[in-house]
Amino acid sequence: MSYLKLKDISHYYFNEKHCTHALDHISLSIEEGSFTSLLGPSGCGKTTLLSIIAQLLQPTEGDLLLAGQPLIEQKNLIGYMLQQDYLFPWKTIIDNVCIGPKIRGELNEANLNKAKSLLAKVGLDHVASKYPEQLSGGMRQRAALARTLMTDPTILLLDEPFSALDFQTKLDLEVFMIEMLTTYQKTSILVTHDIGEAIAMSDHIYLMKTNPGAIHLHIKVPDQVRKLSPIEARKHPLYHELFDQIWKEMHTLDNQTK
Amino acid sequence: MTTKPNNTHPKYVDYLRKLKQEKRLIKYCQIAIFIGFFLLWEVSSQLNWIDPLIFSSPSRVLQLLYRYLLDGSLWFHMRITIFETLAGFLIGTIAGILLAFMLWYSRRFSAIIDPYLVVFNALPKVALGPIIIVALGPGYGSIITMGAIICVIVSALVVYSGFDEVDPNYLKVLTSFGSTKWQNFKEVVLPGSLPTIISTFKVNVGLSWVGVIVGEFLVASKGLGYLIVYGFQVFNFTLVLYSLVVIAFLAAIMYQGVAYFEKWLLKKLS
Ligand SMILES: Nc1ncnc2c1ncn2[C@@H]1O[C@H](COP(=O)(O)OP(=O)(O)OP(=O)(O)O)[C@@H](O)[C@H]1O
Ligand SMILES: [Mg+2]
Repeated sequence: MSYLKLKDISHYYFNEKHCTHALDHISLSIEEGSFTSLLGPSGCGKTTLLSIIAQLLQPTEGDLLLAGQPLIEQKNLIGYMLQQDYLFPWKTIIDNVCIGPKIRGELNEANLNKAKSLLAKVGLDHVASKYPEQLSGGMRQRAALARTLMTDPTILLLDEPFSALDFQTKLDLEVFMIEMLTTYQKTSILVTHDIGEAIAMSDHIYLMKTNPGAIHLHIKVPDQVRKLSPIEARKHPLYHELFDQIWKEMHTLDNQTK
Repeated sequence: MTTKPNNTHPKYVDYLRKLKQEKRLIKYCQIAIFIGFFLLWEVSSQLNWIDPLIFSSPSRVLQLLYRYLLDGSLWFHMRITIFETLAGFLIGTIAGILLAFMLWYSRRFSAIIDPYLVVFNALPKVALGPIIIVALGPGYGSIITMGAIICVIVSALVVYSGFDEVDPNYLKVLTSFGSTKWQNFKEVVLPGSLPTIISTFKVNVGLSWVGVIVGEFLVASKGLGYLIVYGFQVFNFTLVLYSLVVIAFLAAIMYQGVAYFEKWLLKKLS
């Protein structure tokens, strides 16, 4: 049963000198509660696609359906996490987490308590009144996750949220993220450059090619690997098999475009 | 101090002492230059190396200062000029920020208005003096307008570029929560560019002084700028130099005040 459906999405960026063809007839369907990764070279339109799903950008062509209804009519169901945490440096952690309700004019006692309990869940309740610059990269990214979860999005968009972190922190955060997303039953879409991360975390992987951006290949991660935590998954023989397959695929794609 | 005894080193004490010595040396030199300047001025005036009628002398300026302090005229003229400068500074700065907000809010407005801003910014604003005076009449209004108009466009342009430099990804975060443009401004753009805004304060204080003094040159019958022109006309250069000294003193104090305010605000914000 598909939950989020992209139908023939194409996108062009217009400006005075160019008309850039960023996405070409993208069709995807994503199941509720699943974890999907978009994997592809730089400039293949991953961020563009996420921006379209987040409705920050209107696609030039195509439709988005959520549970059979046009997405535009359904507000506030999407949470977006960017490459860096983008916590507001002039706000404390708790104020950062509460920004969603504040924007929607729903800043009340209940939401404040919810923010506190979310911060406790991500292990940051002791730094609630600190400022972002006083936190480490991993802590900041967890705070950003709490901020995104505050507004109860049903779909979570993650644009390379781990890429600015060191490997150790990244692994920890992957595990943590998967746990959180499973607990809260989120449908997630992750953009990444990292083949290993895509395999270790996802149920489905879409390999994209560039110029114009399009889906090249849909890969289902085998159940044996899926069930495992991101760290355990990396040790499974099937993980390595899949890694090689995707790597070769990306390599040939790379050569084709050159 | 946060230095704990376990991270001191014998040489650290030495280093601190040298630092203090250096600071003291600099202070002494500054004082020496100050005293030396006034001494040289006094002596060369007394010995007629310079024409005392034109360059006066510190003792005469001081006598005048004392007399005007007693009869209240120092306070009277000072008060007027300070008021005009502060008013010009506040109006100019606030109008500049408002204009910057409009430029940021509407890309179309900013595109339309752009060439006019460029021309107006390049124009030496004091050249508008006579027109302002004819339009607003010779009085406080004109002088304050001069003090304001001289800094409004520059601050609008500087503040607007500050607004523009705020990382668009912060806006993306807010927009994904469904924010309005005004919310974007209030929550992200304004706090993100406060350091830029505050840094224009210092520049604007200096500019307002220029506008106000020129304005007083042109119309006033009171104020420090007026005293300069008056002294010049009646060939009383002691009065001119007296006004100059008072202006220098006040401008320095105001500048320091704004600098402190800036520090305080930045500290409070971070
Ligand atoms: N605002 C824009 N105006 C014009 N062209 C754009 C704009 N944003 C992106 N593009 C172009 O669209 C294409 C896809 O960009 P996008 O940022 O979606 O790629 P990406 O896959 O996210 O890349 P990366 O992995 O480097 O983040 C690129 O060719 C890019 O140059
Ligand atoms: Mg990107």
